[in-house]
Amino acid sequence: MTLHAAAGKKDDLVIRGARVVDPREGIDGELDVVISNGVISALEPTGSGEATRRDVDASGLLLAPAFVDPHVHLRTPGREDEETIASGTAAAAAGGYCQILAMPNTDPVVDSAAVLGALIEYAEQEAVIPVGFMAAISKGLSGEELTEMGALADAGAAAFTDDGKPVVSAGLARRALQYATLTGKRIALHCEDPTLSHYGQMHEGVVSAELGLGPYPSVAESVEVGRDLALAAYESSPIHLMHLSARESVELLRKARLDGIEASAEVTPHHLCLTDEAVRSLDSNLKMNPPLRSEDDRKALIEALREGTISCVATDHAPHARQEKDVPFEAAPFGVIGLETAFAALYSELVEPGVIPLEILLERMSAGPARVFGLPVPKIAIGEPANIVLIDLAANWRVEESRFRSLSQNSWLLGVTLTGEVVMTLADGRVAHRSERVPA
Amino acid sequence: MAEIHVMREELRPPVVPRRHLISITDLERRDIERLLGTARNFARSLEREVKKLPTLRGRTIINIFFESSTRTASSFELAGKRLSADVMTIRAVGSSVDKGESLKDTARTLAAYAPDVIVIRHPQIGAPQLVADATQAHIVNAGDGKHQHPTQALLDLYTMQEEFGRLEGLHVAIVGDILHSRVARSLVQALNIVGAHAIAIGPPALVPRGFDRLGCEVSHDIAAVAPADVVYVLRMQSERIAPGENFVPTLREYSARWGVTPERLNKRQKVMHPGPINRGVEIDARVADSSASLIETQVRSGLVVRMAVLYDLLTQGPVALTRTVDMNEVA
Repeated sequence: MTLHAAAGKKDDLVIRGARVVDPREGIDGELDVVISNGVISALEPTGSGEATRRDVDASGLLLAPAFVDPHVHLRTPGREDEETIASGTAAAAAGGYCQILAMPNTDPVVDSAAVLGALIEYAEQEAVIPVGFMAAISKGLSGEELTEMGALADAGAAAFTDDGKPVVSAGLARRALQYATLTGKRIALHCEDPTLSHYGQMHEGVVSAELGLGPYPSVAESVEVGRDLALAAYESSPIHLMHLSARESVELLRKARLDGIEASAEVTPHHLCLTDEAVRSLDSNLKMNPPLRSEDDRKALIEALREGTISCVATDHAPHARQEKDVPFEAAPFGVIGLETAFAALYSELVEPGVIPLEILLERMSAGPARVFGLPVPKIAIGEPANIVLIDLAANWRVEESRFRSLSQNSWLLGVTLTGEVVMTLADGRVAHRSERVPA
Repeated sequence: MAEIHVMREELRPPVVPRRHLISITDLERRDIERLLGTARNFARSLEREVKKLPTLRGRTIINIFFESSTRTASSFELAGKRLSADVMTIRAVGSSVDKGESLKDTARTLAAYAPDVIVIRHPQIGAPQLVADATQAHIVNAGDGKHQHPTQALLDLYTMQEEFGRLEGLHVAIVGDILHSRVARSLVQALNIVGAHAIAIGPPALVPRGFDRLGCEVSHDIAAVAPADVVYVLRMQSERIAPGENFVPTLREYSARWGVTPERLNKRQKVMHPGPINRGVEIDARVADSSASLIETQVRSGLVVRMAVLYDLLTQGPVALTRTVDMNEVA
């Protein structure tokens, strides 16, 4: 079992009149979706069934497979003031997610079966949607000693990563890839050469030259992407490249995939929507690692997502307490939250202007990441568990601190009006989120 | 008794929208020209026996310095006092900041005294903006990290204008550690605004990538100072050769290649430096002590330029300007 959630009764309902879109199932049309005991039991032409007390009127709304986020920081254990499993999964549900994977850079680090076991117990008590836990590659994220990857895989680790930090030693990265062929769990890598990023605060370019912020060049990412792709090829062990930000990284990945190397990658909404120009505001909610890069990099990321070289959208949801972000840019920690705004941000910035089709966005936010990590692929099909998101594509809403279910408010979108509002989310057959517009 | 009149509410300059000087790019050319003109008037007033002007009487200025500073802190303090403001200077090293108080809380504490102006120096970029957001004061950035030092750029322009009688078309070579220099950033932008020409000269690793796009030439060859009217020398810090840094191999190598020596200058060139200088590293002692050096003039310029900035932020506009710097009226 990779995913864990609080136990509860599966739901029965009929969602009527929505436009149902499932790119992988080849569905795009108005259908009534009947859910019985948490499973999709029928897909009927709208208006054909008799009205029941469990009807949800979804006319004018979009119904799609719910989203999967392969990169979330839940801050449990250690910083429960910033996020807990309960608050993080509630935020995910509000963003349309039915499954998420949490990162191991907590305090203590998820580097032993004991810590992982405790997290799984917590999740079984309080997770609103199924959550999986990645375990660390190295003990304490120190980059020196491998964790007991076998025991961790047996205890339910979803994958392995030292995210937040790169695996600086190529030798250790190689050992992890060798060991991963035994566990079958993917190695996910944060690619950064710290001797090149070297206290960097933002992308090295014209804006960093002007602002004087420590430069963190694209090449700090791409040299390690190149190294890790070479290791993956040599060991025939699949890798996942986290939060890519630079054109050079994308080009290396594209070539490696054409060469038959099993490598997947993810990109965040903020790297798809923003560039280093945004950092001129010195707003600490625009400080993330990797940093926002140039317009040319952003275009390369969008193209890679469109063509499938990058198959996953990942939020890299990184909650930080208010007092930690309410400081000068240089003193602020890296990271922004994203679970509750990811779809709306990408719909507003990329789909509405016609940059990428809706179907591609839906696929990259759901089936794409699920397949990479071997998670159940959400499908709108008879006999499948209900993993469904209901979205009002016409709704405009303003991102405000008071709206967040997350315990932290460090969003790069505060004050921005977005299009596309998640109205309801079903995760593994249960209603996990329902906006006030849908009466219970 | 004009002095008393200045204190009366109806004679105070009207309340102006809250303005700040955080980046030199907050200013347009006409703003810079107005500020330099005001500074010139103040310079004349300082030639008088009684140097104090009643202009900002009743106003409160807080200088808060989170980094050590000799010339900037002292000139801001004296500038405020020459204009009769109540000036409080806080050296934040050893204050409650050391006890872990956040900058925002420090700003709110100071705001309780309702200061008209807060002058802040801070090692972190973005600190002045944060204080601006947390208080109702006008904010003057006296240096934030490697970002901006706008009053330094203004006093440098003032010094150049006094020396050459013009800024338009003036040719300035900035030599040294551009990457870590807030002075270089502000000065290049300031030179652009007034129509002067800038070239940045330094070791490859110490000139930021993309610096040419800020509107200046870039060279790594000290010989490129040849056409300059002003050779502006930046401080070269020993941290740049610390283990793991390697921006240049040694200070000796730096001096040999980029040090400003008499041999590398021609007779008509003037030399400037924001201070403090490292004799024998970035600048030869013979240059620093020669008649080509405008370094002491820069310090003097700092006082009148900072008076002009404080005055301008609190009054704004040519009408107020004529009224308050007319010596007959304020006498």
